[in-house]
Amino acid sequence: MIIETGHFALILALVVSVIQMAVPAYGVYYANRSLTSIAAPASVVQFLLVAAAFFALMTAYVSSDFSVENVWANSHSAKPLIYKIAGVWGNHEGSMLLWVLILALFGAAVGVFGSNLPSAFRARVLSVQGSLSVTFISFILFTSNPFARLVPAAVEGQGLNPILQDPALAFHPPFLYTGYVGFSMAFSFAVAALWEGRIDAAWARWVRPWTLLAWVALTIGIAMGSWWAYYTLGWGGWWFWDPVENASFMPWLAGTALLHSAVVMEKREALKIWTVLLAILTFSLSLMGTFLVRSGILTSVHAFAVDPRRGIVILGILAVFIGGALTLYAWRASSLKAGGLFQPISREGALVVNNVLLSTSAATVLIGTLYPLGLEAVTGAKISVGAPYFDLTFVPLMIPLLLALPIGALLAWKRGDLPAVWQRLRAVLLASLLIGALALALVRRGPWLAPLAIALGAWVVLGAFAEWAARIKAFVVPFDETFRRALNLPRSAYGMLFAHAGVGIVVIGITATTAWHSEAVLVLSQGQKLAIAGYEVVFNGAVPGRGPNYQETIGRFTVSKAGTAVTTLTPSKRIFDAPRQATTQAAILNALAGDLYLVLGDSQSDGGFVVRAYFHPLVRLIWLGALIMAFGGILSISDRRLRLGAARPARRVPSSPLAAE
Amino acid sequence: MTRRQRRATLISLAVAGLSLATLLVLFALRSGVDYFYTPSRVAAREVGPGVSFRLGGLVAQGSVQRGQGTAVMFAVTDTKATIPVVYEGILPELFREGQGIITVGRLEADGRFRATTVLAKHDENYMPPEVAKALKEQGVWQGDAKAPPSTSVNAGTRQK
Repeated sequence: MIIETGHFALILALVVSVIQMAVPAYGVYYANRSLTSIAAPASVVQFLLVAAAFFALMTAYVSSDFSVENVWANSHSAKPLIYKIAGVWGNHEGSMLLWVLILALFGAAVGVFGSNLPSAFRARVLSVQGSLSVTFISFILFTSNPFARLVPAAVEGQGLNPILQDPALAFHPPFLYTGYVGFSMAFSFAVAALWEGRIDAAWARWVRPWTLLAWVALTIGIAMGSWWAYYTLGWGGWWFWDPVENASFMPWLAGTALLHSAVVMEKREALKIWTVLLAILTFSLSLMGTFLVRSGILTSVHAFAVDPRRGIVILGILAVFIGGALTLYAWRASSLKAGGLFQPISREGALVVNNVLLSTSAATVLIGTLYPLGLEAVTGAKISVGAPYFDLTFVPLMIPLLLALPIGALLAWKRGDLPAVWQRLRAVLLASLLIGALALALVRRGPWLAPLAIALGAWVVLGAFAEWAARIKAFVVPFDETFRRALNLPRSAYGMLFAHAGVGIVVIGITATTAWHSEAVLVLSQGQKLAIAGYEVVFNGAVPGRGPNYQETIGRFTVSKAGTAVTTLTPSKRIFDAPRQATTQAAILNALAGDLYLVLGDSQSDGGFVVRAYFHPLVRLIWLGALIMAFGGILSISDRRLRLGAARPARRVPSSPLAAE
Repeated sequence: MTRRQRRATLISLAVAGLSLATLLVLFALRSGVDYFYTPSRVAAREVGPGVSFRLGGLVAQGSVQRGQGTAVMFAVTDTKATIPVVYEGILPELFREGQGIITVGRLEADGRFRATTVLAKHDENYMPPEVAKALKEQGVWQGDAKAPPSTSVNAGTRQK
């Protein structure tokens, strides 16, 4: 019964979203306030209905109701509760429902918190948001209904793919979707602005915190996915340039660009037209990601929808929204008045460089992702574009971006002063080069570029702190004055410090683990040992074990370093009961200096096991850096929450202390 | 600086960025991609030794030999032709005879394929789409229309 209620709630949500789309639009056209005022309550009601539908499906999963086809196909009664819940979005239908839930949540947020937006503008935004809901709820109801019944009901479900039964992966989709769908807010605002033909700094003040929220969620989601791949897939890779990873990475790149151009627009009213375009493109990339992942045209962990009809429907949706928004842009963009002027050497100029590089790199990733599909369609040749392509295209575009980052952050708005920046960054440059040299002296092997890349990472981290030091006038004014300034800095300044430092930390982690990782593959019998990266690993044999829904073979290893015992590691091979699948559980000794990563392979006829050991130096910094970036984003949001909303003028933030000097 | 000059600066920046990226992309697409071949096409000498490519097909029945140590030898077949493969490392869990797989590597002078990566899916019923399509074209495998919710190609083991 509760399933039918959920189904019915989703149908009602469709009706409400049609109202949310059409009535305010009509009201705006005829300047009828009573019609436009429907938008906000409709968005809230729509959210509640979608939430009810989602909750109904979740209930079916938790209670293992195998009379529901979706639950039967993707769940199993013996699964731990957390994976029953995660099973809701571990499949095509349920994940689309989660997508719509988050879409409705963002719409409702405009409805609830948007009372200080001009009412006609809010009605337009909600109407656009409503049109997205109409499309995607229809998509669910007509092509991917999660509430379909299974007749006769099954006794037991088919289970969730074991490699998806993992804590990091359980929460990876909600974060990723919050990011993807969160960009719909920027999209709706952009389309509404084009529709109204007016845009100002208030627009950016509204869009920024929401985009930031989506960006934070996407950052965490991508990091979680990467971390999961690292410890699950059994060879210690953390990024594969898999099309599906790219699908989440492209909106991230475009979203990062959007955050920065929105700053220019908010502070200086410049780059308006570009920012609007970027808002459209960012969400378009999110939609494209959904299409790539959900259509099944890619081979991937995420390709659930094997029904090609769905792919065509999503492609159609894509064409309408992206094509429609870009047409509107082409038609209306000239009506948006251009804003403030600036010199090329200025904060604005630096942010333009940031935008050019970020959006170009997103484009190269896009080409690398779509090229195989295009080539196969045209010539029939099947190719795979892998890491070598991205190393040659993406990486060279990141280098100038990282080099420019600390410089740009220190430039003043409107007109910057390069010699002054040089003065502040001299010490940073020297220190970074020293750190690079230190890395070279410590490791003394690997590619010669690696120490330079470490120096580049250090340059970004130290540059972020130099910018902070400049703001608080460290060593320039007395200490208590510096301290007072540090306390009074707006949180968004700290947000920027953390976000930029996080980027540098990620760069250092990627460099170290790529350049200096080591590995050993050996056949070990009980009592034999292997040596890797200063560790000595002794194999103490393998024992059988039993988990809640799997059998396993556990290898036992003792790890010592320079004669002192460090830990015991127990990598295992699992065979799940339902579906009957095998997985490899790597055992990892976590340390900031590097991870010792052990995988138990096949048993040999003589009783030995193939054992694979890796050492990944500084690999933790990749995810740590991503979390620091996300933390910076959260700090920044917490600053702006106080002035979330456009009507009030922004508190004058001393955005550029350098300019005042 | 006038609006026009600023626009010119912005446009030239964007053009510079885009042309740099275009050059990089064109260069990378010449050298950084792997083509997919079936055993028949490899047997027909469509690809020479030393070129990195993806070889896909079924693991031939009775072909898997685990030598002493970590090297594994097996053969990949599309039933028309069979190519011997050497791989050193840990095979993916679901690697077994009769299973559809993709391997990445190069041909050696003696005609063996030295794989650096073996990709099999963590799903019993999985058939890599390239393999499935190639086999279907040859009428070897019909596939089951209602494939289960599927998963991953990169859930394999790789070797640097």
